Amino acid sequence: MKDTSHPASLASAPLARRTLLKGVGAAALLGGVGMPAIVRAQADTITFGHLTPLTGFLGPLGAYGQMGVQLAVEELNAVGGINGRKINLVMEDSVNPATASSKAERYIERDKVPVIIGEISSASALAISQVAARNKVVFVNTGGNSDALRGKDCNRYMFHVEGANTQYVKAVGAAMVRDGLVKGKKLFFLTADYAFGHDLSRVAKRYITANGGEVVADELVPTDATDFSPYLLKVRQARPDVVISNLAGNQITNFIKQYSEFGLKYPFGGFGFDTAVAWGAGKGTFGGLWPMIWHHDVPAADSKAFVAAFVKKFGKPPENQAWGDYVATKVVARAMIETKSTTAADLIGFFEKEPELDILKGRKGYFRAWDHQLIQEMYTVTARPVAEVKDQWDLMILGPAVPGPETALSAIAPTPEENACTFPA
Amino acid sequence: MPLELVFLIEQLLNGLLVGVAYLLIALGLSLIFSLGGIVNLAHGGFYAIGAYIGVEIGNRFGFPAAFVAAPLSVAVIGMVVERLLFSRFYRADPILSLLLTFGLAMVIEQALRMTFGATPIPFAIPEFLKGQVFVGEFIYSRYRIAILLVAAAAVLGLWLLLQRTAFGRVVRAGVQNPDMVGALGISLRPYLTAVAAIGIGLAGLAGIMLAPISGVHPAMGAEILTAAFVVVVIGGLGSFWGVVLAGLLVGLVRGLTVYFIPPAAEASMYLLMLMVLLLRPRGLFGERILRFE
Repeated sequence: MKDTSHPASLASAPLARRTLLKGVGAAALLGGVGMPAIVRAQADTITFGHLTPLTGFLGPLGAYGQMGVQLAVEELNAVGGINGRKINLVMEDSVNPATASSKAERYIERDKVPVIIGEISSASALAISQVAARNKVVFVNTGGNSDALRGKDCNRYMFHVEGANTQYVKAVGAAMVRDGLVKGKKLFFLTADYAFGHDLSRVAKRYITANGGEVVADELVPTDATDFSPYLLKVRQARPDVVISNLAGNQITNFIKQYSEFGLKYPFGGFGFDTAVAWGAGKGTFGGLWPMIWHHDVPAADSKAFVAAFVKKFGKPPENQAWGDYVATKVVARAMIETKSTTAADLIGFFEKEPELDILKGRKGYFRAWDHQLIQEMYTVTARPVAEVKDQWDLMILGPAVPGPETALSAIAPTPEENACTFPA
Repeated sequence: MPLELVFLIEQLLNGLLVGVAYLLIALGLSLIFSLGGIVNLAHGGFYAIGAYIGVEIGNRFGFPAAFVAAPLSVAVIGMVVERLLFSRFYRADPILSLLLTFGLAMVIEQALRMTFGATPIPFAIPEFLKGQVFVGEFIYSRYRIAILLVAAAAVLGLWLLLQRTAFGRVVRAGVQNPDMVGALGISLRPYLTAVAAIGIGLAGLAGIMLAPISGVHPAMGAEILTAAFVVVVIGGLGSFWGVVLAGLLVGLVRGLTVYFIPPAAEASMYLLMLMVLLLRPRGLFGERILRFE
């Protein structure tokens, strides 16, 4: 009677039957999980894999990333997909680098995806890029900023729609230099204590020093800190000329709220930013000078069309993370349509010819061949005066595109000297 | 007074104040565990619910209305949760109530995410509490002084309730020896419900009070819960003033750490907990409660 799974024991042993029923249940569950994979493997669809954090301090941004990719796929499928083949989208929460890596593996093995799109955390993006390179699948990073991803950790299979830290720093840095906040000034840094923050602080210090400013303090802030009052007291003690945030996600919201609460008079801003952060701070509290990769007020015609479609589908304007995942999906689809292929070699070959890409900005962009960074315009934002704010999304005044129309787009991108990249063979 | 010293004292005072905010959450946690033996991992969730209810009411009827309504409605939710869920687990293996409240915490967070979205929602300090107070060299946020007063009043009120009323005497007896209380013909049931309502209501109060200065988002409860647990463990179970002292101590140590070694700020309280537990395994003023030994 030990052999509980043997059908012959069914009639005579109630206990064994129960065990068996459990087995049937488990098998049914497994079948249910396995079934979609068979459907997905059909030849008349192409599966796009999407990964981004939905939980943790980057989760709020990830939710917008998912909306962006969904809208892009819907629009592409409405006009015939990729050369007649519909796009099938699979999306999951990447959670952390270890989970991101195993989910990327599963997309490639189970769903046979030719491309993975997404991510926000620089650490998880690195993990996914390693899986992608090993399996020769293209990965388009839509939210990881660290320069190291484009430099010492770069690889041939990874492309970056998200701006590098250097692009953010040079974009908002130029505005800070213009406003007299750098030359001969003392700057106080607050830096998120993980890969992204360290990378950003390093790049920002290089820029500030080169432009005649002095970084008088660089306080590392644990990523789980929610109360900034002790740091703000230290700022007051140091009496700097400018306060700079190298923080990320929800932490910037808390920082801005409490900066306003303590009424510190020093001009402030930061080198990394997302729209949702300002939305969370709210009218009358949001302030400072910040860089922005894209904003729903960008005046380009295709940008306005995207905003309208997004508002129609989701009932609110897109956050800049939605832009990243939307644009990434569209450019990958275009590469597949034009090359009539989904193999990594063909897609990489297409992008490395540096074709001009529609990226919903005034000027078109292109993936630079030697580090696969999307070379593009950036923007700056400041707070809109309270009296002029129309609704809860309308908190920011969008500055002119950086660099200006006369300057090459690559002027704000990292140079080979600043961030050398050699693709591993 | 040398300026360096002024800033150090300023950090210490600020630390104390942060500690008081932890207290509102830690006291409820301690109370519910001491009487019912339930480790309420969903306590942070109720804190978040308090913040969200506060924001919704505050945007419609103003901050004072939210300040009254948020803790009360969270207390009512707490009462329902106690009646329907906690009450089934008082005599059960503690691991079961742990699983229950762990699940409840996830349900609350996900429900908030589905209802209000994942992004932080804005909520500002009310106009009449905006601004700073300067005392000599010291600067203080007027709103944080308001938090301090509210929290101090809540702590004092709770202490009076437990020490000076018939209700408090039964609760304290119930913590020490529930069977004896039963033998004396007093049913602990209504007291358990009331204690859950008070404890969870305090978490709701913390939620509305902290909403204007920290982000209002679904995971805000998880962010603060660990600190609250650390405060309870350091203070010792069953000890009111132990928890109060621990809250202040954690804030103080954190303020000092930010001043001297900022990257270790969040780690400092765990180190403090480790040291206290090595010297006093029951926490600072932990009582010997037979059924938990």
